Amino acid sequence: MTSVSPRAATATTGGGDIPFIAAALGIGLLLALFVAARAADPLMSAHAFMFAAAFVGGGFALVHHVSSGAKADPTGYEFGVVKAGVFASVFWGLAGFLVGVVIAAQLAFPNIFYFSDFGWTNFGRLRPLHTSAVIFAFGGNVLIATSFYVVQRTSRAKLWGGLAPWFVFWGYQLFIVIAATGYLMGVTQSREYAEPEWYADLWLTLVWVVYLLVFLGTLLKRKEPHIYVANWFYLAFIVTIAMLHIVNNLAIPVSLTGVKSYSLFAGVQDALTQWWYGHNAVGFFLTAGFLAIMYYFIPKQADRPVYSYRLSIIHFWALIFIYIWAGPHHLHYTALPEWAQTLGMTFSIMLWMPSWGGMINGLMTLSGAWDKLRTDPVLRMMVVSVAFYGMSTFEGPLMSVRAVNSLSHYTDWTIGHVHSGALGWVGYISFGALYCLTPWLWKRKSLYSNALVEWHFWVSTIGILLYITSMWVSGIMQGLMWRAYDAFGFLEYSFVETVEAMHPYYIIRMTGGLLFLVGALIMAYNLWRTAKGDVREKEFAPSPALAPAE
Amino acid sequence: MLDRHEFLEKRGLVLTVAILIVVAIGGIVEIAPLFYLESTIEKVKGVRPYTPLELAGRNIYVREGCYVCHSQMVRPLRDEVERYGHYSLAAESMYDHPFQWGSKRSGPDLARVGGKYSDAWHKQHLIDPRSLVPESVMPPYAFLEGKVLDAEDAEGWLKTNRTVGVPYTDEMIESAASDFRTQTDPFADDYDGFVARYPNAVVRDFDGDPRHVTEMDALIAYLQVLGTMVDFETYEPEENYR
Repeated sequence: MTSVSPRAATATTGGGDIPFIAAALGIGLLLALFVAARAADPLMSAHAFMFAAAFVGGGFALVHHVSSGAKADPTGYEFGVVKAGVFASVFWGLAGFLVGVVIAAQLAFPNIFYFSDFGWTNFGRLRPLHTSAVIFAFGGNVLIATSFYVVQRTSRAKLWGGLAPWFVFWGYQLFIVIAATGYLMGVTQSREYAEPEWYADLWLTLVWVVYLLVFLGTLLKRKEPHIYVANWFYLAFIVTIAMLHIVNNLAIPVSLTGVKSYSLFAGVQDALTQWWYGHNAVGFFLTAGFLAIMYYFIPKQADRPVYSYRLSIIHFWALIFIYIWAGPHHLHYTALPEWAQTLGMTFSIMLWMPSWGGMINGLMTLSGAWDKLRTDPVLRMMVVSVAFYGMSTFEGPLMSVRAVNSLSHYTDWTIGHVHSGALGWVGYISFGALYCLTPWLWKRKSLYSNALVEWHFWVSTIGILLYITSMWVSGIMQGLMWRAYDAFGFLEYSFVETVEAMHPYYIIRMTGGLLFLVGALIMAYNLWRTAKGDVREKEFAPSPALAPAE
Repeated sequence: MLDRHEFLEKRGLVLTVAILIVVAIGGIVEIAPLFYLESTIEKVKGVRPYTPLELAGRNIYVREGCYVCHSQMVRPLRDEVERYGHYSLAAESMYDHPFQWGSKRSGPDLARVGGKYSDAWHKQHLIDPRSLVPESVMPPYAFLEGKVLDAEDAEGWLKTNRTVGVPYTDEMIESAASDFRTQTDPFADDYDGFVARYPNAVVRDFDGDPRHVTEMDALIAYLQVLGTMVDFETYEPEENYR
């Protein structure tokens, strides 16, 4: 755990920013204590104390930082914060997957996994906890950690901003804790993937602006003439998420010392704003950001250059331009005007092309190195990830067609689609990056065990397949049951009969999720031993040099 | 042309601005017109702001994440209209901050659940869903019954909703706390004033416990008003094609 201590940050600062940081922490602490004392509701009081505790913790870290003296990082880079990010990614990943298994179990066995006395464990509160934990806590930490690593290596420059990267890291963890505890206590805006209330949103805005500054600052002092393609994607991810976050969370709080707010927009306008945000949380958080990982880690691990530079240019601009339009496909046949639905559908179908352009660019990077799939399970995991990306970006445009959507919408098909992208694409590319980063950062020759990576790969792949196939069947079945008519022209099934029919698939889905969690636990153990410097006994001998397969 | 891309690749700030412009276009074209095109929201009679008690219930609906499993949006498809009722209009959620259309139906759509079941049914179903519907996967909400609400909070909710555009009058805001209590008591002094302010609002003791106004009262009051406001006899679909 020494890697996570603020000591690692000492290398990066000349010390000129210390008084400023101390003052900011002091003001933050005073504000938090003031709100805690005047809180309009106990929920705000609890959160204000959490903020206060975080600022006090920040103060201690700062004192420790100053008193321990500055030591230069021998690499000339700032990798301490990346190590902390690897740790946080694994931690939040496990937490998020676990909550996912719990809520899957609730739907499969409601009699066992609901507790009348503990309302805060109900599905409605845990589901946002799961989605936020996996998307923002796990995915977000992977993105922040890898972006901090990639931007330094591809710019040949140390992270800009002294202690600012550490503020981004810890500020982001604070946001996660505030959001997560808020969900459990019932603090939510009910905007999917944007549930945290106004004060958490303001805090995230501050953290995100500093993140942008650190990233841009590092780019601007780069020693390479060109900005590498991965950094375009990271930059688009950071900039666009800022825009989406601010617009979608516009709200007026009932009281400045209370948790509750009402959104600025209502009804149909609010719905489209939310799904403009929601779909592009997928497009820019879960796609652009992770494509950046693809563009750095796959060439690196395969030891081959990116397949086509021109394709990356087209891929990049087409993807970010078209994605933004796709939101209305979440609102087919609703009270959203039809012209907007049609526009959303059209762009969603167009989106297929840049998505597959990116997939081809990632896969073809393996040209001349396909043999490595047999020997390098980490590379295989990333390649399978890109294959899942291709599959779910084919399925997505299909489901955005209004006629298909009339069947798929509101059913588990959507859930299955999301998880083929989330578990297959985002999960696997993240795991691949973590498997790469850990030996690089801790300066180990290899992972603790490649065999364990194989186990992780196969256990979780079976898990993903169980998950998405069961959701395809249950989703399409439920959609068909809803619209089934009997011989007399009456609706054939009551709603609850369709719920009952889901039961076996919910058990299969839960099993799939459990396998995915087990795979991640195997990874956590493997990474832990790798960071410690261990190599599994049987695998100690370096693998003999293999002749190329060609 | 692709060769000129080098220009952007060497200038971080220019690249940032270019990205921002490119990603802003779609949202501007799709969302901005919804605020000024008059055809976006239908002309329809009957939609009124929520009463303070209904709004309290709505806050609970949001808090508990009901939208995670229940949509409030009946699509104009034959089976949905037969199962749930008239398809939803944009006008019906024009005072919904935020909207509750939902995205998944682990449970049925609730856009028109108002008036379909008795208060007693709702109460029992919320306390123990499987006592009424054995195959249900819904969580139990027995704790709502024991939570007493403070009528004085209502004024702040109404004021904030007015700030974001809901047409609450000064009179509605002044009498928010009183209206909050009145809706659970058909013999309240200001019954007539309340019904004048909120036409067609239902006044009764929703949870069967006259001693307190609880979260159970509020949530049932909200569920019972869902989808009941529009007067479909005066609604002309032909005039609202978009």
